[in-house]
Amino acid sequence: MTGARTNTLASLRGSIERIEAHADASAPARVALGHAEADVTLQGGLALAAVHEVFAEGRQSAVATGFIAGLAGLASLAGRVTARRPLVWIRQDFAEIESGALSMAGLTELGLDPRCLVTVRAADVDTALRTAADALACDALGAVVLELWGEARQLDLVASRKLTLAAQASGVTGLLLRVAAQPQPSTAETRWIARAAHSPPASVGSAWGAPVFDAQLVRNRHGPVGRWIMEWKCDECLFAKPAAYPQPVAAAPAHRPHQARAQQRRAG
Amino acid sequence: MFDADAAADAKALSDIAGWCDRFTPLVALDPPHGLFLDITGCAHLFGGEAALMRMVCGALTRQGFAVSAAIAGTSICARTMTRHVSGQIVPDGGEAEAIRLLPVFALGADEAISRGLRRAGLKTIGDVASRARHEITARFGDGFTTLLEQALGQGDAPISPLKPLPDYIVEKRFPEPVATDGVISATLSRLAAMLVAAMDRQGKGARRLEAHFFRTDGAVRAIAVDTGQPVTKAEMIDRLFRERLEALKDPLDPGFGFDLIRLSASRVEIVVQQQRDLDANVHDNDALAALIDRIAARIGGQRVVVHLPQDTHIPERAVKAAPAQHHLAAAQAAAWPAREESEPPLRPLRLFARPEPIKVIAEVPDGPPAWFQWRRASHTVTRVEGPERVAMEWWRSPEAMLTRDYFRVEDETGLRFWLYRDGLYDREIAQRAGEIVQPNWFVHGLFA
Repeated sequence: MTGARTNTLASLRGSIERIEAHADASAPARVALGHAEADVTLQGGLALAAVHEVFAEGRQSAVATGFIAGLAGLASLAGRVTARRPLVWIRQDFAEIESGALSMAGLTELGLDPRCLVTVRAADVDTALRTAADALACDALGAVVLELWGEARQLDLVASRKLTLAAQASGVTGLLLRVAAQPQPSTAETRWIARAAHSPPASVGSAWGAPVFDAQLVRNRHGPVGRWIMEWKCDECLFAKPAAYPQPVAAAPAHRPHQARAQQRRAG
Repeated sequence: MFDADAAADAKALSDIAGWCDRFTPLVALDPPHGLFLDITGCAHLFGGEAALMRMVCGALTRQGFAVSAAIAGTSICARTMTRHVSGQIVPDGGEAEAIRLLPVFALGADEAISRGLRRAGLKTIGDVASRARHEITARFGDGFTTLLEQALGQGDAPISPLKPLPDYIVEKRFPEPVATDGVISATLSRLAAMLVAAMDRQGKGARRLEAHFFRTDGAVRAIAVDTGQPVTKAEMIDRLFRERLEALKDPLDPGFGFDLIRLSASRVEIVVQQQRDLDANVHDNDALAALIDRIAARIGGQRVVVHLPQDTHIPERAVKAAPAQHHLAAAQAAAWPAREESEPPLRPLRLFARPEPIKVIAEVPDGPPAWFQWRRASHTVTRVEGPERVAMEWWRSPEAMLTRDYFRVEDETGLRFWLYRDGLYDREIAQRAGEIVQPNWFVHGLFA
């Protein structure tokens, strides 16, 4: 590449930097996911005051829901010591028919708090987008989740830019759950594809582990991409690298009979 | 020539009552063809009682109605006057004198009573009034005496207005009808500021606001906005109405223009000033409530919900979705059953409103599923946990419902499902049929 061309490229890059400068001026606050490698790739974690997209196939909708609920939980707790900030979940009516409503018991099981949740049932994509833009402009919220099913023509670059600007202005994190949709150009900070991953090989008596996601980062505006297996720790409300199973077990005590597991797992 | 249409007459009368709302908020129907307007304290706004009556009669006549009106101290006296002559104003205390010479039928009593009075030789109201009351009561009943006393101004019954009187009203009349959106929204903003100023003096905030648009051709359009918290800011009112007007399925049609726009607060509450704590939770709640109000104004209050726990173990009934405007505080204070520490999720993240039937192959009828087909895709079960047995609430439903055995399963790709078999195979299903039947299986939820 000739010197002149390099110069031109450098100056163009410089002007793009300046255009985007207001976004980066105050280095965006980030919240760590808990998964070490992913946090390194994301330069510290999930950027707050930005829009993130999670895509999934139709049958993986619940997996993506779990992943995005985890992200929302992290974002709503960021910077707060006592209570979580409220979470607004905007769902298109069709998504509820296809993949069911969000279950509060399930949310509790993931370690999140249903008391913070306000659900908006939007009849169509237009309403959902407008409501999302409104909600993102409200600085009292922790996060706004917008759940759409299928391709949404209305969610183009302009709509996406609007959401991003609203998120930057208010500091609220926007999360887009796009089930059964193909990624389109957007101004999202990151874009993920969520898939189900197998439960870790279980120890005796436990056939069932914490939720495990195969999270692929396919777009990252400010860094590289990657793909990780993440486990959601329901107790700590963090993502983590799945522990290597089977876990080492302490040697059985020699001076007394081998005891049954202290904590019997509930059959039901 | 056409048949009388009582329903259409009643509709026309109620439309006229709506139109009359511009003169006083207290309008009552007097079927089949009368209206009472309580103009106490309103007449001076229209240049006095005579001018007000001329205005009402003139406008109604121009619209093609035959009008007979009267103003009196009691509603019954005024009605009696209208039966005979139009345009009379009875001075205070002059009721008995004014109706003395009117025939008894003008009182509007039953046909039988009027006939009975005439047969008794009492032709005018003055004749009836001159008799002792106990005689009249003995012959014609208590109701008639009360009516007579009210007509004579010796007692008054309150009218029952169509709409309850709003707590605060502000309105703007236009000398020329206005039809442009700009003027309408500017008027609403100004009215909102006036309304807030009026409420603020008494420390009140509005929970329900109504805007009435009076069109020149007589049509009245009312638009109401509910809020979750008392509104005390004019900008908020302005914004709520803007959202509401934009989202109307049947948009506001100015036609030839509106000549009166009224804004009223029909439900108000005392505003409690809360002190901000360090955590700024109060601010958060205020901002959240304002956001909920705005969204609800646009898409409807039923679509913005919070979740309240219910005291039942049936999974689909364990949560009630309640409008967020009214239940936000309850939802934030709700006590949810806590999760079991260090356990993987026992309940699915997404729950279907109606469980979806699936085809299942199980090794034994009562056992866990080994393979199933849902939405035309087949899944091989690699891990399974269960059953968790959920008995139905027999005390709620009259017919017996089957016990459910729930299984948490994971398929070969790592997807996790919450499946259940409807009925205990050996006790409920096999016995009932008397022959070999396959149990029904359903998928009820999806785990993350």
